[in-house]
Amino acid sequence: MSEESHSRRYGAIFLGLFVLTILELATANLPLARLPIALMLVGLAIVKASLVAMFYMHLKFEKILLTLVALAPLAFSLIFTLIIGHDLMLSR
Amino acid sequence: MNHAAASSSSYENLGIENRKFGMWIFLASEVMFFTGLIGAYIVIRQVTPEWPVPSAVLNIPLTALNTFILICSSATLVKGLASAQQGDREGMQVGLFLTVLLGALFLSIQAHEYHELIHEKHFTPSSSIFGACFFTLTGFHGMHVLVGVICLIFVFLRSMRGAYTKEEHKGIEIAGLYWHFVDLVWIILFTIVYLI
Repeated sequence: MSEESHSRRYGAIFLGLFVLTILELATANLPLARLPIALMLVGLAIVKASLVAMFYMHLKFEKILLTLVALAPLAFSLIFTLIIGHDLMLSR
Repeated sequence: MNHAAASSSSYENLGIENRKFGMWIFLASEVMFFTGLIGAYIVIRQVTPEWPVPSAVLNIPLTALNTFILICSSATLVKGLASAQQGDREGMQVGLFLTVLLGALFLSIQAHEYHELIHEKHFTPSSSIFGACFFTLTGFHGMHVLVGVICLIFVFLRSMRGAYTKEEHKGIEIAGLYWHFVDLVWIILFTIVYLI
């Protein structure tokens, strides 16, 4: 890929991150119930995090093993959080 | 025989350069660390009936600016690395320098935020469970940013001494992975702690 297209891509990602941040701030102030706002905000954060991981950290262009190494801890964390959350909910 | 290993100082056993793979394994452990804290925050918040609205306590506009600063620092770092890959020494040094500057600016603003919260709003780690969670999460992240800034200062100084060339600039890439990860964690933290 040419140098100019690399630069354009990084610029586009930066612009995307900026726009998504503005969208997040706007979403947080929407006159809606808490749950839909929370879900939209988490969705926007995941998109932003994915852009950073795929393009700035170059995961999109690396071997799939690196993506697995990066994502595997998330699966464990989700399981632990759900188990502890369930335990706390029961104890109350 | 692996031609990359034969022709450069890097080694590959899994088809990925070992130093890069090592950094990713470390980042995987950091993912466990931060998601453990964030998961605990989510659970604690769900089971605690009295929880303040974050925007009533925290300075959202200032932190939004800080988020933008960190995003900019990732952009300057990736530009610096791209310059290194093209053999543009000046571009590489400028990119690294700007990243260090923006990282230091992030830390300064966070220190100011902490000062404002503790001394003016009397919002401390012991004032409420939200306080304890807030300072734990942002404090640990801030420490990671500090370590990142120190590493990047080291990388910048090495770049000034001509340590990085078009052929060998792995140090910038690997330090960059850590810095982008710190930015990524902040993206999640800002959303979960400040906005929700």
